[in-house]
Amino acid sequence: MKVVIGQGSCGVATGAKKTAAAFEKLIAENNLDASVEITGCVGTCYLEPIVDVYDDNGEMTRYVKVQPDKAEKIVTEHLMNGNVCAEQAISDEDKLFVEKQQRVVLRNCGVINPENIEEYINVNGYKAIQKVLSSMKPEEVIEEIKISGLRGRGGAGFPTWFKWDACRKSPGTEKYLVCNADEGDPGAFMDRSVLEGDPHSLIEGMIIGGYAMGATQGVIYCRAEYPLAIKRLEIAMAQAREKGYLGKNIMDSGFDFDLRIKAGAGAFVCGEETALIASLEGERGMPRLKPPFPAAKGYWQKPTDINNVETLANVPWIIYNGGAAFGAMGTEKSKGTKVFALAGKIKKGGLVEVPMGLTLKDVIYGIGGGIKNDKKFKAVQMGGPSGGCIPAELIDTPVTYEDINKTGAIVGSGGMIVMDEDTCMVDMARYFLNFTRDESCGKCNYCRIGTKRMLEILERITEGKGKDGDIELLEELAMKIKDGSMCGLGQTAPNPVLTTLRYFRNEYEDHIYNKKCTAGSCKALVTYSINDACKGCTLCSKNCPVEAISGSVKEKHVIDTEKCIKCGKCLETCKFGAIVKE
Amino acid sequence: MSEKGCSCGCNCEQSRQAQFKDLAPVLEQYAKVPGSLITILQKTQDIYGYLSMDAINYISEMTGIKPAKIYGVATFYAQFRLKPIGKNLIMLCQGTACHVNGSEIIEEAVCEYLEIKDGETTKDGLFTLNNVACLGCCSLAPVMMVKNADGDETYGNLTKDSVKKILAEIRERA
Repeated sequence: MKVVIGQGSCGVATGAKKTAAAFEKLIAENNLDASVEITGCVGTCYLEPIVDVYDDNGEMTRYVKVQPDKAEKIVTEHLMNGNVCAEQAISDEDKLFVEKQQRVVLRNCGVINPENIEEYINVNGYKAIQKVLSSMKPEEVIEEIKISGLRGRGGAGFPTWFKWDACRKSPGTEKYLVCNADEGDPGAFMDRSVLEGDPHSLIEGMIIGGYAMGATQGVIYCRAEYPLAIKRLEIAMAQAREKGYLGKNIMDSGFDFDLRIKAGAGAFVCGEETALIASLEGERGMPRLKPPFPAAKGYWQKPTDINNVETLANVPWIIYNGGAAFGAMGTEKSKGTKVFALAGKIKKGGLVEVPMGLTLKDVIYGIGGGIKNDKKFKAVQMGGPSGGCIPAELIDTPVTYEDINKTGAIVGSGGMIVMDEDTCMVDMARYFLNFTRDESCGKCNYCRIGTKRMLEILERITEGKGKDGDIELLEELAMKIKDGSMCGLGQTAPNPVLTTLRYFRNEYEDHIYNKKCTAGSCKALVTYSINDACKGCTLCSKNCPVEAISGSVKEKHVIDTEKCIKCGKCLETCKFGAIVKE
Repeated sequence: MSEKGCSCGCNCEQSRQAQFKDLAPVLEQYAKVPGSLITILQKTQDIYGYLSMDAINYISEMTGIKPAKIYGVATFYAQFRLKPIGKNLIMLCQGTACHVNGSEIIEEAVCEYLEIKDGETTKDGLFTLNNVACLGCCSLAPVMMVKNADGDETYGNLTKDSVKKILAEIRERA
């Protein structure tokens, strides 16, 4: 018998380690013949901590939301008496979250133990590299990737085979393959999940890539904010080295390839290739003009190819199953599957991998279960700070590179942040501009100063001090920043403003001309009042920190809006729903 | 390795060597490897909790990289701190999912409870608050990570009350 506990970062954050300790203790106390093992993120983050119990016949029962105090029941009922502990088991409805998906990149996440190479090998791991080294020429590998139609999963969607081919054809014997694991989009976490849950897939993908383009050294540039990912990668690399998958003369083929990890230090701009290379070289991560492209002159001026984690983790599957099998999924121009990080005001948040071409509705409602607390769906943000907000009326848009681009957003790395009626779109634009203003490297004037000016205007609007002409000024600045910036960060920084202006212009106008925030989220534009439901219990006036509420016992109270600081304490404390926020 | 020594006749050079003795193995491994500045700074920060001007000057002497350049790199990346931090570093996630789920209200609660602002340390030296871009636990938003000598722990689905309770518990344990 085997008890497998999901211990990705999100599992650990909900207490999976304590749950694991509880199981270990109970199993030891009762002298049971069962082992406790770890696995990566299953993807159903809203159900963590997740415990899978494997019976000796291989049958698996999944238990969800297993806090440590629930362990005893599962141990006695299931492990000792062989009965499924129904009340803790996953519901049929929740099972669909995973069953409706088609998993290529996440095929092993939440299934195998990421710290044990044998488990990866048992699921056809390192078979692809075996196939490549024993029977394929580098050109044939690139051709297979071309057939698959795989495009970069990090944001730009550039054909992967083309980059590999360019690097291969670039003159020189010393070449580098860099994996961009600096997942900087605040709201995307699929790369983290792969690194934590299936690091060998990435390693195998990199070995194949290295062979195809003639690189003997690979570097994984990983966010320092992902300590668990770095730890699991290190373990996986050591095991792969020991087994002879990394190092000199891999599987007696004469091909040498090794990997090292470089921890990033926190800079969003390092997602840009040339900035990433500067950072690898120990410099400030500032982009430079292209050409020369990294494929010609990259890391230490040598030909370098940079791919994202998800892209590379697809590679072993493509080689093993054939490019055509991958290309059969998805649409004509956007092939294969894509992982989306579903978060925000969503009922079932987590990682969703689906063939490209499904609609936003399929993902948000079909898999994600719709909006939290059954509120009204307003928009979904895709592509992070470089992307945009797609409004509710476009919910039938298919998720492909082309169709999402048409809306003004981008597929990006796959972050999908769902927003409901309580989310203010002007505030969202302000949030992203604040982010890009912070993360601008400062090289181009328009990006450095322009984003700051745009932010100031947006702050003014959300504080109720917007003036006539602000919207036009925002639009003018946006276009100039796009034109006047050298790298992708600046060129896309105005997108969150432009898309919200395109679809939610009325909200901007409400803020500026009517001094109103319909979502009720901009503090300066919200007023609190008390309606007739008030029973005069005095609780609100006792809790008001600035004594803005007056009234006698058993009589309706009144809020002095002059004194009110809009802290919302009254709304929280009122038991009769008498406080109105508008 | 600097051979200059000290000209004032005291043994301050020796005491400096002693001050940075934990850094010696790091510099031995990386000082001569090109492109290792960020790694050196990360390890320095791991040891001392922050990058002091003394440490920057010392690294400069040992690597031959100008202090201005080291300072430039240190101030470019969000990870590096030039001021000491408290025993517990609160990394409060301000990612998109956390923002949508009210991370600003959580920040207000933390600031009110600890009487500090983003980037500041409490008077008792127990807590430092840092807003960070994204911790990648978006489904548990709003989230924070607390880092201390025992390692790091992530807390999800925060509310105004739960965050205060968590901080109170950490304070009690100290």
